Amino acid sequence: MTDIKNDIALYIHWPFCERKCPYCDFNSHVSDTVDQAHWRDALLSELAHFAAETQGRRLTSVFFGGGTPSLMAPATVAALLDAAADHWQAATDLEVTLEANPSSAEQGRFADYRHAGVNRLSIGVQSLRDEPLAFLGRVHDAAQARAAMKVAKAVFERVSFDLIYARPHQSVADWQVELGEVLAMSGDHLSVYQLTIEPGTAFFREGVAGADEDRAVELFEATQEILEAAGFLAYEISNHARPGAESRHNLTYWRGGDYVGIGPGAHGRITPGAHGRITPGAHGRLASPTTFEATHQIHDPARWLELVGEHGHGTAKRRQLSPTERAEEMIMTGLRLTEGLDTKALAALSGLSFDDLVEPGRLRELTAGGFLDAAAGRITATAEGRLRLNAILARLLAPEAGA
Amino acid sequence: MTTDLSHIRNFAIIAHIDHGKSTLADRMIQICGGLTEREMKEQVLDSMDIERERGITIKAQTVRLEYKASDGETYILNLMDTPGHVDFTYEVSRSLAACEGSLLVVDATQGVEAQTLANVYLAVDASHEIIPVLNKIDLPAAEPERIKEQIEEVVGIDTDGALNISAKTGDGVAAVLDSLIERLPPPQGDVKAELKALLVDSWYDPYLGVMILVRVQDGVIKKGMKVRMMATGAAHQVERVGVFRPKTEMVDQLGPGEVGFITAAIKTVADTSVGDTITDDKKPATEPLAGFLPSVPVVFCGLFPVDTGQYEDLRDSLEKLHLNDASFHFEAESSAALGLGFRCGFLGLLHLEIVQERLEREFDLDLITTAPSVVYRIHMSDGSMRELHNPVDMPDPTAIDFIEEPWIKATVMVPDQYLGSVLQLCEERRGEQIELTYVGNRAMAVYRLPLNEVVFDFYDRLKSVSRGYASFDYELLDYAAGDLVKVTLLVNAEVVDALSFMVHESHAESRGRAICEKLKDLIPRQLFKIAVQAAIGGKVIARTTVNAMRKDVTAKCYGGDITRKKKLLEKQKKGKKKMRQFGNVEIPQSAFLAALKTGE
Repeated sequence: MTDIKNDIALYIHWPFCERKCPYCDFNSHVSDTVDQAHWRDALLSELAHFAAETQGRRLTSVFFGGGTPSLMAPATVAALLDAAADHWQAATDLEVTLEANPSSAEQGRFADYRHAGVNRLSIGVQSLRDEPLAFLGRVHDAAQARAAMKVAKAVFERVSFDLIYARPHQSVADWQVELGEVLAMSGDHLSVYQLTIEPGTAFFREGVAGADEDRAVELFEATQEILEAAGFLAYEISNHARPGAESRHNLTYWRGGDYVGIGPGAHGRITPGAHGRITPGAHGRLASPTTFEATHQIHDPARWLELVGEHGHGTAKRRQLSPTERAEEMIMTGLRLTEGLDTKALAALSGLSFDDLVEPGRLRELTAGGFLDAAAGRITATAEGRLRLNAILARLLAPEAGA
Repeated sequence: MTTDLSHIRNFAIIAHIDHGKSTLADRMIQICGGLTEREMKEQVLDSMDIERERGITIKAQTVRLEYKASDGETYILNLMDTPGHVDFTYEVSRSLAACEGSLLVVDATQGVEAQTLANVYLAVDASHEIIPVLNKIDLPAAEPERIKEQIEEVVGIDTDGALNISAKTGDGVAAVLDSLIERLPPPQGDVKAELKALLVDSWYDPYLGVMILVRVQDGVIKKGMKVRMMATGAAHQVERVGVFRPKTEMVDQLGPGEVGFITAAIKTVADTSVGDTITDDKKPATEPLAGFLPSVPVVFCGLFPVDTGQYEDLRDSLEKLHLNDASFHFEAESSAALGLGFRCGFLGLLHLEIVQERLEREFDLDLITTAPSVVYRIHMSDGSMRELHNPVDMPDPTAIDFIEEPWIKATVMVPDQYLGSVLQLCEERRGEQIELTYVGNRAMAVYRLPLNEVVFDFYDRLKSVSRGYASFDYELLDYAAGDLVKVTLLVNAEVVDALSFMVHESHAESRGRAICEKLKDLIPRQLFKIAVQAAIGGKVIARTTVNAMRKDVTAKCYGGDITRKKKLLEKQKKGKKKMRQFGNVEIPQSAFLAALKTGE
């Protein structure tokens, strides 16, 4: 059983890519040569730094994200997993996910990652059509994607595919066919994202337009319908899984649990100390066991490497979140989940009740409007509510207009 | 020492915007050596940035020139520069009262415009000697002979002695100065009589305090003497006496016929009454000079800070601006849609725009202006009458007997190819034709129009139907009863007070519909659908619906995204300061702001 106060997740960021995709606003960099040993040592050093503050906790998941972590040497992955198992108590069902690209070179390493301890592979398929793959700036084509999907399924018990839809000029009919082909090859998990044009990306600069509201809704609803009929239930806005195959790592984010984030630009949320023991917190101050801190590692890979060399970690920002901030984060992420927000967990982790944060009138208005359901111990966004979650969160958490 | 009356000439310049009045004034100052070459900036007299940018004169200005005429004698020429816009007609008439003659400057490529006419008639009323001056003769398109004919036909004054000049090159300007001395009568006055000086204007100077522009009729005004304002009865010690050349220069005294300024430890401009007669406190005159009617605001609107936190700043700024321009009025107003602000009265739409622009520019304020409204006279069933400056204050219609609205006499001059559209516009705006005459290929249409139709968007429409070739002027005529109604705008059944307006019944539905449609496009989609309605009392005359939003959700939200998502939320929280709540609907102020911009 999970114990949200004791469990901890680990995120490891590998910032390098073969090329930068035009829709991506993640911390990724293109570099021809990466000194694997140097990077392995630095990541190990930062891992040890955060592990020292969270000793004795149970490690439930590890996630290698990027960037393109399937460019990591399998030995680097193995070294990090061995160290993590030494620092914490690894859960018997520890979930270890690695994000991979479907290029042929990377397919060749899938088995090595499996031997290194990775037990779940998440492949950035994005599409099974050549034209949109080229538009999205991907290195691979549809044939390579299909090949990678086959190899992954042969090597790993748990496989997830990432897809991007609501692309320019994409019709619902075309998407239904493409999604059907993905389902025919799928593992137990799918992440389907509508294309969003984020500031700072090439698409944004080029003025690429995403789908208009009506088409976006149509595509979203068609997606829900097809995936549900195929047994892939939506457990989050963009995530679908066969029952029991949900990503445990991502659930930790959405349920408000602790996670350590290492590598350039990684974010973390940690409660320093373990089992109520008072341990020295960051910067030598004493942290109480209820302290919840947000950590953010320095963004630039070269600078991060340098800082880790000097201090053992590359923390750029670290600050304590107030109970209100923590509760707001839990509401923001909890309502993304089909299971909704566990109000008992909210009270246990933040010390605040839902009513402390949200005017009862607002909740009544949104439940009456068919956007939220409030049952004993849970507040859930309905399907209609999840579609409009940004507006709902603004209504719940922002004060009265003009105030 | 006072100047001999025979060596003084006081004159004004009358011209339409852009016909070269200020350039001519600059050239005259240059010829008379009032400023060094280095000090000469283009259009010296338009001292405010806005004046210089827009090429218009807002405040009357004055300058004392010393000119050695062709007869070898040196004369004092007092130039009163006048504003060229209808909103400032009261300033023009004040300046004219302090002079004996006027130069009528007409652009030789453009001809007579509506504003020229209005100001010439003011000068004729003031018994001025008028010298026509044809400007811009250096331009190839200049047709001075044709324009002279036009002046004779339209304005009805003799152009035999008209002068052809180019203020830009300076050609003919000296002849204008000579002609002023030859043709204008010297001022009349008695240096030994009791002091009588006309209070022409007053304004606030940051260094010298309140400055009073005077034209002495009889007697002498001296530094140190105690003067009395005949209308208000207030007495003040004169601290400084001076003239503008155009820089201020202190003198000991001003005698009959002279124009200059005094300061007298007066706190605010509002303590001086323009048109008042200044006399000697010890030896007062018995009869005051003929004064002028005080200026009365005719256009009202609400001014609100975009950032509600700037209310106090707005108050301070209005007070400061009022020190210099007592002709606008303001009082506190509270609006559910826009928060705290002020109801302000102006001399006209340009005056409104100028005050708004100065507040934004000189005081760095971000403002929302509500739709301009005129002053209605509400006659109640009980026989009483009240003036309505703000549609919000409209009494219950059942207690109203009838409503009167102000009417104007509007003069439009336009090339004949656009006449049809101009006449159509005037008819649409409930106009009644008084006169229609042609001069060459230009037509002059005189209409009786309700002022409320003009403040709506008449200028913009006129400009667009005439491609900018029409010129327009008006004077207030009278009040007349009309079928006027108050239209209210409702968002989800709640009244948006800032958007209510008064309108003639025949236009209520179309205006109501237009603003509903506009709001529909301006209000962002929200969780719930929003009904937008226009109503007269309880009766809905137009309605639209803003459909509910269908989708607004972030696709990805993992570890690092949470922090970003939170920043988005913080931004939304901040953005709410610029939102107004209507039931469960939040409307950005920018939507009201855009809806208030009348006309398409």
